[in-house]
Amino acid sequence: MNTRNSPRRENTYAGRVGVMTSLHGYLMSHLQAFVYSLGQLWRAPLSMVMTAAVIGIALALPTGLNVLLNNAQQLSGQWGNAVQISLFLKGGVSPARAHELQKNLQRMPEISQVDFISPEQALEEFKRLSGFGDALKALDENPLPAVLVIQPSLATRDHVALENLLQRLRGLQDVDVAQLDENWLRRLSAIMSFVQRGLFLLSGMLALAVILVVGNTIRLAIQNRRDEIVVIKLIGGTDAFIRRPFLYTGLWYGLMGAGIAYLLIAIALFLLSGPVQELSSLYQSKFDLLAIDFRTLASLLVVSVLLGLGGSWLAVGRHLREIEPR
Amino acid sequence: MIQFNQTSKRYPGGHDALLNLSLDIESGEMVFLTGHSGAGKSTFLKLVALLERPSRGQLIVNGQNLAKIGRGKIPYFRRNIGIIFQDHQLLFDRTVYDNVALPLIIQGLPRAEVGKRVRAALDKVGLLKKEKVYPITLSGGEQQRVGIARAVVHKPALLLADEPTGNLDPQLSWEIMQTFEQFSQVGVTVVVASHDLDLISRMQNRILVLKDGQLIGDSKQVARA
Ligand SMILES: Nc1ncnc2c1ncn2[C@@H]1O[C@H](COP(=O)(O)OP(=O)(O)O)[C@@H](O)[C@H]1O
Ligand SMILES: [Mg+2]
Repeated sequence: MNTRNSPRRENTYAGRVGVMTSLHGYLMSHLQAFVYSLGQLWRAPLSMVMTAAVIGIALALPTGLNVLLNNAQQLSGQWGNAVQISLFLKGGVSPARAHELQKNLQRMPEISQVDFISPEQALEEFKRLSGFGDALKALDENPLPAVLVIQPSLATRDHVALENLLQRLRGLQDVDVAQLDENWLRRLSAIMSFVQRGLFLLSGMLALAVILVVGNTIRLAIQNRRDEIVVIKLIGGTDAFIRRPFLYTGLWYGLMGAGIAYLLIAIALFLLSGPVQELSSLYQSKFDLLAIDFRTLASLLVVSVLLGLGGSWLAVGRHLREIEPR
Repeated sequence: MIQFNQTSKRYPGGHDALLNLSLDIESGEMVFLTGHSGAGKSTFLKLVALLERPSRGQLIVNGQNLAKIGRGKIPYFRRNIGIIFQDHQLLFDRTVYDNVALPLIIQGLPRAEVGKRVRAALDKVGLLKKEKVYPITLSGGEQQRVGIARAVVHKPALLLADEPTGNLDPQLSWEIMQTFEQFSQVGVTVVVASHDLDLISRMQNRILVLKDGQLIGDSKQVARA
């Protein structure tokens, strides 16, 4: 037997191809698999679009909610600057005394601005906002007190400083009630962190769904191309070579899913922008809905591609070994 | 090139498809493997191509003890072998050219080299004009020749053929055997399983006869079993 050093063995291509050539060949084979897998997808455009759409919707949900949450946070940030203290003055305090008090308070370093709302103004506003205008006309006396609305200075925004200021204001002779309009903000931020947690869980579940959808699609693709896999194994194709087009298929699904998700979010934001403008004009504030930002977009893309790859990796790992030539 | 050493193959279920087989096939030899259906011819070839593993005994192919070749190394081992089947195993969604190119593609050969090799192989089996057509449009004999072109395109040291002429008329069968003969003359080891005794007897090659998994005849008279 002269088998070990048979000249034929050196003559096979694996033995002859140089390092550079084989590196080039390696990159080429990746490029081929990348393009080839897209070509395979195009052969069944309907099922491709459907799978990509499922992925897109599953990703659009958490991403879109995240965009809305960012908007809400921006909004509450705006309002957070508007922490204010309402001083309801006692009934007998005359407008002159109230103005006097306003001037004194204005001089305090803890306070940046004091606005005076007379009982008449308060009633006007209440009528306008509550819609009880006609009912209130029946009252022959204005039941509302005069109010001083205080904006604390920036240095007084923390909790302890605000509490101190509040104590001092409550001690004032003409003040009936001093109220910090802050509770709703705290509630809002509590709700927001709750929503954030929920969003996290939802994202996890939907990510799992995407992996399963891609995994199942790739499993079917593997079954459809069983004969081809058998032949490739027969002629010496490595597992990596067989795996490659399926992994790239998963990658394509990830890319398309991200594209569809982006589209859905853009449409949703467009549809929401009208109502939001109306709403914000009602609250006399200027608020434009934030578009999807670059960071969210980039992580959408990365996560989507990783999920596509992950799903196909799972399917390939499970099902490729089962197919052996016999 | 191929060395069976007290080799047995028992399939799950307890049937001995090959029993205590011992024989040598030299490099560059062309050998016919014959015997009734169920004698173990396909099993013989499957063991050599590592499609099955021996349950007992040793098998050395191309200087490599097959027991020492792990799962991950099998593809590289098979790149030294060309396999031809009775049912062709062609891919019907690819052209003749793409079918024949496949062994070179999986080895990552440059495109230009692939083209040269594929055309040389198709020329050898007389199908150069059919490179752009799909296998489904070809006759059985032509499909078989595409299978042969694919099996030799990467210049394997060893060619295995399982009933390659099973469905072909005598004239075509004869031509295909002549093609194999040519490969063996340039140094390729060729093993052909066939029960076409008429055809085999007209060729001047070594004949191994299997019966119930045992070697009962070797025209070279070197069987040691
Ligand atoms: N995968 C298998 N599982 C179980 N028995 C098998 C298997 N393949 C072949 N056999 C049995 O082994 C024996 C030899 O089969 P085979 O090698 O195909 O013979 P041949 O090719 O000469 O017709 C037969 O009895 C067959 O039934
Ligand atoms: Mg057989």
